[in-house]
Amino acid sequence: MTPMKNWTLAAATGIAAMLGSAAQAVEIEYWQYFFDARVTAMEQLIDNFEAANPDITVTMTHFPYADYRTKVAAAIPAGEGPDVVQLFYGWLNDYVAAELIQPLPADAFPPDQIEADFFPMVGAMRDGDNYWALPTAVRSLALFYNERLFEEAGIDAPPETLDELVELAAKMTKRDGAGNMTQAGFTIGMNAQDHHWFREVLVRQMGGEPYMDDYRTVNYNSDAGIKAIEFYTGLAGDDGVAAFGFMDEPQAAFKAGRAGMHIDGSFRIGSLNKTRGLKWGVTELPANADGERFNYSSYWVNAITTKAEGEKYDAAVKFMAYVTSDEAMQIWLDVVGELPAKPSVGMTEANASDPVFGPFIRGLAYANTTKFANESGQRQILMDMVQRMDIEGQSAADSIAVAAEAEQKLLDEYYQ
Amino acid sequence: MQVYRNLSIKQKQIVWAWAFLALPVIFYVVIRFYPTGNAVLISFQDWNLLGKRTWAGMENYLKLWSDPVFWKVFRNTFAYLIIGTPVSLVISFVIAYHLDKLRFMHGFLRMLYFLPFMTSAVAMAWVWRWFYQPVPIGLFNNFLAAVGIPQIEFLRSTTNALPAILAPAVWAGLGFQVIIFMAGLRAIPKSYYEAARIDGVPWWSVLFEITIPLLKPTIVFIVVFSSIGFLRIFDHVFNMTTGDPGGPLNSTKPLVLMIYNSAFTDFDMGYAAAQTVVLFLILLIVSLLQLRILRDR
Repeated sequence: MTPMKNWTLAAATGIAAMLGSAAQAVEIEYWQYFFDARVTAMEQLIDNFEAANPDITVTMTHFPYADYRTKVAAAIPAGEGPDVVQLFYGWLNDYVAAELIQPLPADAFPPDQIEADFFPMVGAMRDGDNYWALPTAVRSLALFYNERLFEEAGIDAPPETLDELVELAAKMTKRDGAGNMTQAGFTIGMNAQDHHWFREVLVRQMGGEPYMDDYRTVNYNSDAGIKAIEFYTGLAGDDGVAAFGFMDEPQAAFKAGRAGMHIDGSFRIGSLNKTRGLKWGVTELPANADGERFNYSSYWVNAITTKAEGEKYDAAVKFMAYVTSDEAMQIWLDVVGELPAKPSVGMTEANASDPVFGPFIRGLAYANTTKFANESGQRQILMDMVQRMDIEGQSAADSIAVAAEAEQKLLDEYYQ
Repeated sequence: MQVYRNLSIKQKQIVWAWAFLALPVIFYVVIRFYPTGNAVLISFQDWNLLGKRTWAGMENYLKLWSDPVFWKVFRNTFAYLIIGTPVSLVISFVIAYHLDKLRFMHGFLRMLYFLPFMTSAVAMAWVWRWFYQPVPIGLFNNFLAAVGIPQIEFLRSTTNALPAILAPAVWAGLGFQVIIFMAGLRAIPKSYYEAARIDGVPWWSVLFEITIPLLKPTIVFIVVFSSIGFLRIFDHVFNMTTGDPGGPLNSTKPLVLMIYNSAFTDFDMGYAAAQTVVLFLILLIVSLLQLRILRDR
């Protein structure tokens, strides 16, 4: 044989071998947006899953967050893209309406069993006899504090109540000769997680109910809402323990060790652990004077797309079952720092008393989940509310009335 | 084939010309005109990027007309244009005028002025964003605090934020305008200046009677070029105000950023498309006006 013929033969047998193996193994695709720890955790889950199911191969693709929705929307109707897809809980309605995902089969995912096993907020994913999607992990908020600054100010325990929060923050606030803040006792900024803290925590702690009608009617334009926003802006005003725009962003100030306390989500743990020289602790969000605590929780879910059919569908169901298993939840907690979506996994003695995860997991017990129509739009409205007061000097009552009206308009347009 | 053989040489040339022209024509139709037409179509529809498109008639345009944010953004966009264009024009002319007369380290200085134009707008915007921060990290405010002057809120202000964002944008475009002006200055025949010197004409007359009138084509080019640039300003604003896109209470939001937000955070593609149609019309009107002025030459 000539070398050329040799080469052709080799190529032909190679292709035949590849086709042969492809016929035996099912390959499914999984899509998520890019976040370092999530990708690492998912790689680990895929390895475990493939070891247990040698006939299934899972390929993961990830995109920058900004492109994610566009790519998913373009790929699935074209018969390309993922068989199992990750989406934010707030996007479920849009995905269902656009026929991008299909309900989970009731025999593999019995709804009543799920309702009993998962944290109650996951119930938002149920529609009649089926669940549309399920989370591996959930997130909640807690109060991070800088242990070095605590020590320096002679503080021995983190605050239990809102009054203590202000009191301790005052001890850690430093100003230069001209009165400019050089170290903040507390971080403030609706652009971070504070808009959740205001909606689901402060308004409720002041005796209000932020929304009515399953989050379709804005209800924070009340005495409780006014008290909540006055307390919030007061931190940067009369209390003088925080400053808007200090060090550009709240999490940057805390990371740089220039802020004593900071409210953030469990997803921040990973990046704080990587910050050299920062000694931090975390505790539950402060209670009000009556000892009432509230929290906000959110989650990302996985769902099977309408593209998955036949043997791919069966493989996708198996994969979904694995990524929502107890084992997967524990891996997700250890790698990403996001909390297990089932109390049976989250509330284990070891997890609930963990110095880092404990406060977040305990927070889940009293957390509410806002049903957003457009999270960034609704956040913008609260940001504007604070800025009208802070920059233009509008009163709390006027500003909250404008915000409530704007948000109601946004909700009406979405649900019309 | 018979048809082709029967053509005259002239006609054959035309056929070949079109054969070569076909490539850019197809390119323009597919890459430019088709998406443009599609955008106009979407502006009359409702589409959240995921579901089906449904007809909305004039709804998006009516919503735009009654949206106070749009009018705020409209004013901002023109503020960028009306402040940015003359300021950058005057500064770049002054620099080019003096640089042209300078022989010492001419090339090096020209390179220094051109450098910002080559730098990534994103990197530059972030560096300036940190310059503008309050004490303890902001360069400008640290300096003010060191000499005992109260801090200035640059970006967290409804009045200072727009000029604060415009300044680096002007600076970034300066290098290009300086180079164009210098080319224009070199193109003016030396004999005019020699005649003026023999007649003993003062320098300001030389400037206003010879240099500026003969630079008119250059000036028109720079005005057209920089106005389109300022009407489309995005990178600087977007990067200097992430976290609160468009600055406090939309005080710095230009039209392009509003389009971006409507499309990719609100997923209201129809509304975003309606805004792009409006932006297209503005750009068209501004360009036509400027071309008219060019024809008066």
